[in-house]
Amino acid sequence: MAAPTMNRAGSDSGDSAVQTLTISKALNMGLRAAMEANPKVLMMGEDIGKLGGVFRITDGLQKDFGEQRVLDTPLAESGIIGTAVGLAIRGYRPVCEIQFDGFIFPGFDQIVSQVAKLHYRTQGKNKLPMVIRVPFGGGIGAVEHHSESPESYFAHTAGLKVVSCSNPTDAYWMIQQAIDCDDPVLFFEPKRRYYEKAPVDTTKAPGPLFESRVLRTASNSASAGTSTSAGQAATLVGYGPMIRVCLDAANAAAEDGTELEVIDLRTLSPLDLGPVYDSVRRTGRLVVVSEAPSESSITSEIAAKVQQECFYSLQAPVLRVTGFDTPYPPSKLEEEFLPDLDRVLHAVDRSLAW
Amino acid sequence: MSSPEQWTHPEPASAPAATAAKPTAEQVIAGLRATDQGDVNLVQLLTPEGERVQHPDFDIDITAEELRGLYRDMVLIRRVDREANALQRKGQLGIWVPLLGQEAAQIGAGRAMRPDDMAFPSYREHGIAWTRGIHPTDLLGIFRGTDMGSWDPVEHKFHPYTIVIGNQVLNATGYAMGQKFDGKVGDADGEATMCFFGDGATSQGDVHEGFVWAAVYDAPLVFFCQNNQWAISEPTERQSRLPLYQRARGYGFPGIRVDGNDVLATLAVTRWALEECRQGNGPILIEAFTYRMDAHTTSDDPSRYRLSDELELWKLKDPIERVKVHLVKQQWADSAFFESIEQESEALAVELREFCVNMPDPPPERIFANVYAEGNPVLEAQRDEFLAYVEGFAGGEH
Repeated sequence: MAAPTMNRAGSDSGDSAVQTLTISKALNMGLRAAMEANPKVLMMGEDIGKLGGVFRITDGLQKDFGEQRVLDTPLAESGIIGTAVGLAIRGYRPVCEIQFDGFIFPGFDQIVSQVAKLHYRTQGKNKLPMVIRVPFGGGIGAVEHHSESPESYFAHTAGLKVVSCSNPTDAYWMIQQAIDCDDPVLFFEPKRRYYEKAPVDTTKAPGPLFESRVLRTASNSASAGTSTSAGQAATLVGYGPMIRVCLDAANAAAEDGTELEVIDLRTLSPLDLGPVYDSVRRTGRLVVVSEAPSESSITSEIAAKVQQECFYSLQAPVLRVTGFDTPYPPSKLEEEFLPDLDRVLHAVDRSLAW
Repeated sequence: MSSPEQWTHPEPASAPAATAAKPTAEQVIAGLRATDQGDVNLVQLLTPEGERVQHPDFDIDITAEELRGLYRDMVLIRRVDREANALQRKGQLGIWVPLLGQEAAQIGAGRAMRPDDMAFPSYREHGIAWTRGIHPTDLLGIFRGTDMGSWDPVEHKFHPYTIVIGNQVLNATGYAMGQKFDGKVGDADGEATMCFFGDGATSQGDVHEGFVWAAVYDAPLVFFCQNNQWAISEPTERQSRLPLYQRARGYGFPGIRVDGNDVLATLAVTRWALEECRQGNGPILIEAFTYRMDAHTTSDDPSRYRLSDELELWKLKDPIERVKVHLVKQQWADSAFFESIEQESEALAVELREFCVNMPDPPPERIFANVYAEGNPVLEAQRDEFLAYVEGFAGGEH
């Protein structure tokens, strides 16, 4: 195995701790750092070796770590997950790439029946430290099965943990934290945002993996001295690719004097809703945003929990802006299907007018 | 012993007969089920009549003591099986999965393994569990409903019973890949993995994927298929046109059919297969040709789908009786030996029974234990709320 030279920020010049990275590059660097830190970390997936993955997330890793640590696997998702289970029992920490969201279902049985339950079945004697990476969501003009948001299936399954990153810093750190976790983690990557850039501090993790994060509060987002007043603020909650939409909506609303607090869930199972409750107690209004369909979903769960915990603070029902309860449509219709700034603001207006 | 190359592309002894047509009544009664037609490649070293026979590729040196040991294993595990079946009938177990008739397949395979080898069972592998040092009482919780298997899979190198058909084949493949990645393959001291499944499982996608993966990664894995002729009510011809062991050829590794009611042949073939895997010549498929002498489970009624004549025929091929006959013929065991094994098996049955009826129900917090290795605050809150609710009843009962 070659000893790779990690172009780790901070090691070559004093000021390079912060680099501007795309989500895709940040994931690549995070995976590399995890492989360097622990020789038991393996990558498994279709076309992830020489090709570097169809999205190039594993670019260069096989070259530097060898074919025994970056496995170009046979084309079989149940095989990827099922053999990763055996490798995890053997002491490895497999990181599986599912090429596209819609291709995870051949592996669904292994995920639900084995990955999720082995620790429980063995009363803790078998740990399953594995990560299943899934590029998810639409907006890339793809054919069927390439734009889906299946995260609710996994959040509904006891024994799994489910997270989604929305920005390069989280991409870099969350993937490493997921690999360090002794529980199996479904890691949903917002594929339409892979090439969005932001500065990343590669020396210090911004926080634990299983915490949501407040990205914008009414008080600190107020511009030009506007102050929050009752009836003019609301909370937006989203994750993954919808965070960009939520932040854009908040910026647009601010110009009209409406303050939107924005919370990035980051962890979908377990949900970390403490910051959401705090925000809703301030604003009295909540709009939950996801690409996934609304019925029996993560957004449903949030609505249920918030009405339970913030019943007397709510000034309007919890509203949801989601993909529709249809199969993902042909891509010429996806702009209608996917929540966007206008649909989010429309929901905010409905909430404020309640 | 044959070379691996020889087995890479074994020619069937005769072209398999097309089996699209249902077997005739005569074929069924003769035990000539579709997958058995025209096939003479059954490895056998001890006939049903207790005669030692030779096979050109497989033989075994067995001492009197070793054969007595195999006999003891089979008698004890059959007694465990019958006792557990009876405990279900008495309402002490919710269900039982009988192994009756498969004792030789399991003891032969299990005794071929070394302590460092790993085994991935399905749910009928009580005999394999026995050979991995798991006390039969540790199996009961699964069927009584108090746990999902109480043995330590790491310590015993025996994975939990897997109930979803075929899932464990991929898990075993991954484990065997890990043995190879760890550099534990390549000489006589190498490690290997055994994976157990049935004829029904051979139709599962996971089993086919396991064959593909193990082949392309040269995994040190013995696929051990117990073809007991019935997947609940479906005969093997509902799973395959071809004798199951011949499937291996299509994946590029050796496949061998052994008389699964012959403990010596099963031991010899499995030892060979494990040795090949240790040396780096895996994987290998073994089809142990046997018969499920009892129902699929205690909930099943085989009289609805199979002829009792078939059972009578297989009774003549009993795996234990032929060893007993051979031990007697060889004068390797006397009546005192057989009597002592009988007493030991009765004592084990008593132990099993007493253990079973005294098993406590798990406490309610067990519902929430070990769902996660690193905890989950949402689940912990749910647990605390429920336990407080339970506490609210006098004496903790509700």
